Amino acid sequence: MRISGCSVMVDDQAKALEFYTKVLGFQTKHNIDLGEHSWITVVSPEDPDGAVVGLEPDVHPAAKTFKAAMVEDGIPFTSFAVDDIEAEHKRLESLGVRFTQPPVDHGTVVTAVLDDTCGNLIQIAQEKGQS
Amino acid sequence: MDDLYRAISDPTRRAILDELVERDGQTLFELCGRLTMKHGIGSSRQAISQHLEVLESAGLVIAKREGRCKFHWFNGEPLRAIAERWPAKR
Repeated sequence: MRISGCSVMVDDQAKALEFYTKVLGFQTKHNIDLGEHSWITVVSPEDPDGAVVGLEPDVHPAAKTFKAAMVEDGIPFTSFAVDDIEAEHKRLESLGVRFTQPPVDHGTVVTAVLDDTCGNLIQIAQEKGQS
Repeated sequence: MDDLYRAISDPTRRAILDELVERDGQTLFELCGRLTMKHGIGSSRQAISQHLEVLESAGLVIAKREGRCKFHWFNGEPLRAIAERWPAKR
């Protein structure tokens, strides 16, 4: 068994695709119109055959309650790896991204948390000892 | 005043204040991460949330909402009462 991908629940798929591609820098892998919603996935340009992130509509009644509770406490439910977190933090802030936690050094890993503008917090993490 | 003494009587709550003095305006998530990694405090988020409520009722922490997130800020003002009650020099 392998991990092919996971999903984030977004409040607006078009806005999410814009943010995950134009701002975070991922590439669209699937964008298939299913009527009211679409099946949208993105991949990292550094690993185009790797795991995908699905941008799923948060239409289930429980989804918004769950998301709001996570965001209130500052909890990121999804994490992406970066090579240079300070550089990413600077780059994303210059693009207007709001961080709820600037890079914090936890010893073996440095993490930061950002707002994806679609109702989620996302963690970015740099493993130490990586150039 | 009793609230204040009770609030600072607990080592985890003192560590929370230490972390807020280091960086003010943290989410519950960030505080929990710092307490685990820097202080070896593996308490649940729920437990830390309750510690924050005690600190809030003593006026030592102020929680403010910004957008959809809640951030916690240190307020040292109530501690002044201690120094005034028992001044270092008379």
